[in-house]
Amino acid sequence: MSQTELLEIWVYLSTSPLLGLTATLLAYVLAHRFYLRCNASPLANPVAIAIAMLISLLVLTKTPYKDYFDGAKFVHFLLGPATVALAIPLYKQLETIKRVMLPLLLSLLIGVLVGAVTAIYIGKVFGASKPTLLSLAPKSVTSPVAMSIAEHIGGLPSLTAALVVSTGIVGAVFGPSLLKALKIDDARAMGVALGVTSHGVGTSRAFQLSAQMGAFAGLSMALAALANALLLPWIVSWLPF
Amino acid sequence: MPFLNGITALLIYQLIGEVLVRWLKLSIPGPVLGMTLLFISLLLYKRVPLALETASAALLSHLSLLFIPAGVGLILYFDALSKEWLPILVTLVASTLISMALIGLSMQQLMKWFKPKAEPNDESN
Repeated sequence: MSQTELLEIWVYLSTSPLLGLTATLLAYVLAHRFYLRCNASPLANPVAIAIAMLISLLVLTKTPYKDYFDGAKFVHFLLGPATVALAIPLYKQLETIKRVMLPLLLSLLIGVLVGAVTAIYIGKVFGASKPTLLSLAPKSVTSPVAMSIAEHIGGLPSLTAALVVSTGIVGAVFGPSLLKALKIDDARAMGVALGVTSHGVGTSRAFQLSAQMGAFAGLSMALAALANALLLPWIVSWLPF
Repeated sequence: MPFLNGITALLIYQLIGEVLVRWLKLSIPGPVLGMTLLFISLLLYKRVPLALETASAALLSHLSLLFIPAGVGLILYFDALSKEWLPILVTLVASTLISMALIGLSMQQLMKWFKPKAEPNDESN
């Protein structure tokens, strides 16, 4: 094969969505295998590893993110229907959830308040700029919702999306061990903590630990998205910058 | 066929959610409204159709995959991140873990306080 032929193939691939989509799925499949090979150690978080692989690939091939996202957007798009799909585990756990509704709602409210206030104050103390602080505020909310909140309060939606994923990874990797160290071993409590702070990435982790924890995490993530969408603009307007 | 029917239903609910949010100028995101509407429908229907069960299991079993494209977006912020990486990193880790601990503690404690009396077979955990 001549060099011009190779170049032609590359030109085709780099402008077609096929490559970005395939690379995303392949990176996840490989990262997930590696994770299982590490005995499902939370430190080998498949999302973190797949993202690192893809970023390295983009840097090495000098591919702009926009070109990559042209393919990857098909995966990204599924966040919408996946959010809708959370209604199903929610419905199936209804009886269990009803019994602990009040503790759940109170804990959720604490989570939303503490999450926003600590994000903004800690960020401010360590010298983050105002747009960064406002992009950090919705860091625990599931991506599509977080992005629209960030836009609403004056943050940068795409920076928020990246911070949201990083937050999810931090929570999924360190959360369960932290909770165990604090003697929080109830599957429902762990699920709520994971779902409210680490949205879908935390919920994935919770489903790996138990179906009940996963259902509580999914529910909490959905309720937290709702609560944050309603409360965050108001909380932020009360905090000094 | 169940998967196709299921994903179609999910998309229809998302579509209704997105349309209503824009039409009524609500400040909640379309998919969240779609989820709420689907949840209400299930309450009325009183069971989960096989199609929805199949599609939701498929989507939710690898939920974290869906966050990868946005995560790769970190690449766009290398410049900003190189200037502010310390405050961002400290905030992400500290704020997330503090919230996680407080939520877990409050949930576990409140469940004990509000535990309904004389509840049969609740000690499943």
